[in-house]
Amino acid sequence: MTYMYPRESLNVYPKHLSPEYKSTVKRSPSKPLIIVPHTLSELTGPAFGHDAVQEGDNDLTKQHKGEPLGERIIVHGHVYDEDKRPIADTLVEIWQANACGRYVHNVDQHPAPLDPNFTGAGRAVTDKNGHYRFVTVKPGAYPWGNHPNAWRPNHIHFSVFGQSFVTRLVTQMYFPGDPLFPFDPIFNSVTDEKARLRMVSSFDLDNTIPDWALCFRFDIVLRGREQTPVNVEKH
Amino acid sequence: MSDITPSQTVGPFFAYGLAPHSRCDWQPSKDYDSKETVSANLITPDATGTKIHIEGSILDGDGKPINDAMIEIWQADAQGRYAHARGEKPRPNAKFTGFGRSATDKQGVYSFDTVKPGMVPGPAGKPQAPHIVVCIFSRGMLRQIYTRIYFADEAANSADPILAMVPADRRATLIAHKEMRGELPVYRFDIRVQGENETVFFDI
Repeated sequence: MTYMYPRESLNVYPKHLSPEYKSTVKRSPSKPLIIVPHTLSELTGPAFGHDAVQEGDNDLTKQHKGEPLGERIIVHGHVYDEDKRPIADTLVEIWQANACGRYVHNVDQHPAPLDPNFTGAGRAVTDKNGHYRFVTVKPGAYPWGNHPNAWRPNHIHFSVFGQSFVTRLVTQMYFPGDPLFPFDPIFNSVTDEKARLRMVSSFDLDNTIPDWALCFRFDIVLRGREQTPVNVEKH
Repeated sequence: MSDITPSQTVGPFFAYGLAPHSRCDWQPSKDYDSKETVSANLITPDATGTKIHIEGSILDGDGKPINDAMIEIWQADAQGRYAHARGEKPRPNAKFTGFGRSATDKQGVYSFDTVKPGMVPGPAGKPQAPHIVVCIFSRGMLRQIYTRIYFADEAANSADPILAMVPADRRATLIAHKEMRGELPVYRFDIRVQGENETVFFDI
């Protein structure tokens, strides 16, 4: 199957310069990006087999001697292309704050405790149906310096690859109904409401494990449509 | 309207998740470690070709080093073949993935050890000069930006179809320059995200 990657699909992305998120002001290109054809260099991409991850890499609650504090949750979903076909064998990496809203990083000075039983990084490879699954704890909200009394909504960072280097995606998964949504310039940098809500997971009662963990579903759609002769002629 | 999932920034704290053994000093104590999935060293025991080191700084619009960036590279092997899932890959170099990842350090410096890529096919049957595709993430970037590294000592640059699309006065921002560090060729490639001598970025 040959893929095409229409540039218009990227219209839902945030703009490089989104001044409400102050760090973009000095970190966004000021000259127009140069449009180039997709060559073999862009249409290929790194391949990860199931040997890229080991048993247990998708369980963030079992990386230390004890169990982490916080609300244990399952996060799962499918990775699809734009035609809703599953993307198998693709690497999904996550990282997140602990239940108190603190990251295991020297630069994070939020006065909330580290959890000796939680690092907060995991990885999985999608199965033949494009499905991935993680066990973790719900990350806490935390303050940041963008504006007075700024807090990030609870979120888990996602890194996904897909079929080629142009499908590479780094995003954040949010939780339904977060009261911080209206105030977060990173979340709101996606100006189209429907697109913005695609970053919000849904509560998944059916896959909750009774007496053990709640479950959230987060499906991810990457760039890429099937290339057909019709499309070739149109362009 | 497409239904793709929008991009969000990688934020400042990705290192323990995405590049735990790279240049970023993130670890509060040895109690916290993390497995490295993708390395800044691409050289495999079976890799043929010229071993090289690539390094550079990434700078913001004020010329300040960006100490929380992540640089990913994707390249062909020395024979000009990509290790892509869908392609049959004859030996040698079967283990060479051509994919690497480096976090920047406090000085905004990233680095890779790899082999110099060969020429690869380009549009309309024209070959492309040896190059590496670069994808940049950082706090303050809501979406990744792409550029390319070309090599100053390649005559093929003058006929490269992608370089030809770049205004002549900006092409120099895509060229890495060679210096020798003992026996090791080191290619220097600085990335200026904004402002004077801004690196050329591609809309792909």
